[in-house]
Amino acid sequence: MKVAKDLVAASATPMVLGILAESESYGYAILRRINELSGGELDWTEGLLYPLLHRLERLGYVESSWQSVTGERKRKYYRITDKGLAELAEQRRQWDTVVDALKEIWHDRVPLTVNPLEGLA
Amino acid sequence: MTEQDGQEELEAQFEQWRQYVLRRRELQPFDADELEDHLRGSVDELVAAGLSPDEAFLVAVKRMGSLDELSREFAREHSERLWKQLVLTADTGSPVADTRSRRDLWAMVSCAAGAVASVKVPALFGLNFEDDSSFYARNFTLFALPWLAAFLAWRRKARRSVIAILVALFALGAVAANAYPLADKSQSVVVTSIHLPIALWLVVGLAYIADDWRSFRRRMDFIRFTGEWFIYLVLMALGGGVLSAFLFNTFKAIGIVPEEFISHWLLPCGATAAVVVAGWLVEAKQSVVENIAPVLTRLFTPLFTAALFAFLVAVVWTSHGIDVEREALILFDLLLVVVLGLLLYSLSARDPLAPPGPFDKLQLALVVSALAIDVLVLLEITGRITDEYGSTPNRAAALGENVILLVNLAWSAWLLLTFIRRRTLFTALERWQTGYLPVYAAWAWIVVLVFPPLFSYI
Repeated sequence: MKVAKDLVAASATPMVLGILAESESYGYAILRRINELSGGELDWTEGLLYPLLHRLERLGYVESSWQSVTGERKRKYYRITDKGLAELAEQRRQWDTVVDALKEIWHDRVPLTVNPLEGLA
Repeated sequence: MTEQDGQEELEAQFEQWRQYVLRRRELQPFDADELEDHLRGSVDELVAAGLSPDEAFLVAVKRMGSLDELSREFAREHSERLWKQLVLTADTGSPVADTRSRRDLWAMVSCAAGAVASVKVPALFGLNFEDDSSFYARNFTLFALPWLAAFLAWRRKARRSVIAILVALFALGAVAANAYPLADKSQSVVVTSIHLPIALWLVVGLAYIADDWRSFRRRMDFIRFTGEWFIYLVLMALGGGVLSAFLFNTFKAIGIVPEEFISHWLLPCGATAAVVVAGWLVEAKQSVVENIAPVLTRLFTPLFTAALFAFLVAVVWTSHGIDVEREALILFDLLLVVVLGLLLYSLSARDPLAPPGPFDKLQLALVVSALAIDVLVLLEITGRITDEYGSTPNRAAALGENVILLVNLAWSAWLLLTFIRRRTLFTALERWQTGYLPVYAAWAWIVVLVFPPLFSYI
C-alpha cells in the first residue's frame, strides 16, 4: 500500500516541521527519517522535499546554513524557528481534530474488508 | 580497476551531472549543491550496502527521478527564476566569470566617467551650451563614442595596430568637426553634425569587430549590437526624462529651480554616460533580454508594407505627383533607412538555413514598394536637379544617400527574389548587407571631410 499523493502533500509541512523540531537536519537525512517513520509507505521525492524546504524558509518557519562536511563537500542544514514551532503547534491542533474525528467515525467498527466474492453473491 | 580510479570516475560523473542540472534555469548553483549533497548521501549508502561506485551512482540518479519533474517542482516555488534578472554583476556562480563581469563593470564605469569628464572639459575653456551650441552639436558624438570604442577595444583585447587606427580615425573626426571655418548657421555645420555620428559609429564598429575584421558574422553581430544598443539607449533616455521631470518639479515646489543643473549637468553627462552604459549592457546581457529589435521588426514589417502599398495605390489613383519640396528628399531617405532597418533586423534574427517562407515574401513586397516610391521621388527630382538640387551640401548629401540606399535595396530585392525562388542561399543576402557597411562609412567620411571645402563652406 502506498499513501495517496494528495495525502502525502497535505501532511508534508507538519512532517518536515516535526522532524526539524527534533533536531536540525539536512535534506537527505530528512528523507531517510520520513522513510523510516512510515516504514517506506510514504512516497517522498526530492521534487517535493527541496521546494518545500525552500518555501518554509521563505515563510520564516525554518532557517538554513551551509556547513562543510568531509573535504570540500558542503551541506545545507535546516533549523526550525520559533515561528516554525508555532506553526507546527497550530498544524498539530488541526491534524488532531481531523484524526479524532476519523477515529470517532471508525470507532468500534471492524476493519473494512472487501470480499469480491461476497459482493457477487 | 583500483579504488582510486573508481573514485575519480565517480567525481567526473558528479561533475557531469552537475553541469546537466545547471543547464536548467529553475535550478541555481546552490540548489545544485544541495541536490549534489543529496545524491552523494544516496551513493554513500548504496556503496556501504555493497554496490560498486558507478552502480551506486546510476541507482542514486535513477531514484532522484527525472530532472524535468524536479525542475517543474522548483519552478513552482521559485517562479521568479523563470524571469531572467538584469543584475549589475551576473551571478553565474563560477568565480572566473564573476571576476570577468566585475572587471567589465569597472571598465565600463571608468569609460563612462571619462565620457562625462570629456563632455564637461570644454566648459573649463569657457564654452557653454547656450552660446556655443554649434560646437557641441558638431562634437557631441566625439565626447561619447571614443569611450564606447575604448571599452569595446579593451574587451576585445584589440591589437596595438587596431588601437592606433581607432585613435587616428577619431582624431580625423575631431579635425573634420572643428578645423573648417564653418559659420554657426551654415548648412555645412548641420550636414557635418548629422554625418559625423554615422562615420564615428562605424569606427565604433571597427572596435567591435577588432578581433576579426573580415568575418561577415562579426559584422552581423555589430548590426545586432547596434539595434540592441539603440533600444537600451532609448529606454535609458525615457528613464532619464522621468528623473529630470521629478527633479525639476519637486525642487520647484520648494522654490528652487534646478534648470541650470539639469540642462548643464544632468542631461549632457547622463547622455554621454548612457552611450557607454548601453554598450556595456548589450555586451554583458546579451542573453538576458530576448533580442528586441527582431521582435519589433516582425511586428512592424507587415504594417509598413501595408502603409507603403497604400501610399503607392493613392499616388496612382489620384495621379497626384509627389511634391518634392525642401524636406521631401530627407523624408524619403529616412523612409529607406527604416525599410533597410526592418530588413537588416529580420535578417539578423533569421536562421540562415531555414527555407524561404511567407515572411520573406512580405519583406520582398516591403522592399519593392519602398523602391517604387523612391523611384517616383527621384524621377520628380531629376527634372530640377541642375537648377535647384545638388547645389547645396544639404541636397547633395541627401541625394547621395538616396542613391546609396537605392542601390543597396535594389540588390537586396534581387537577392530576396532569387532566394525565394531557391536560386541562391540566404547567406548571399547577409554577405551583401555586411559587405555594404564600408560604403556607408566611406560616404559619411566624404560628406564630413570633402563637402565643406567643395561647397566653399556655405
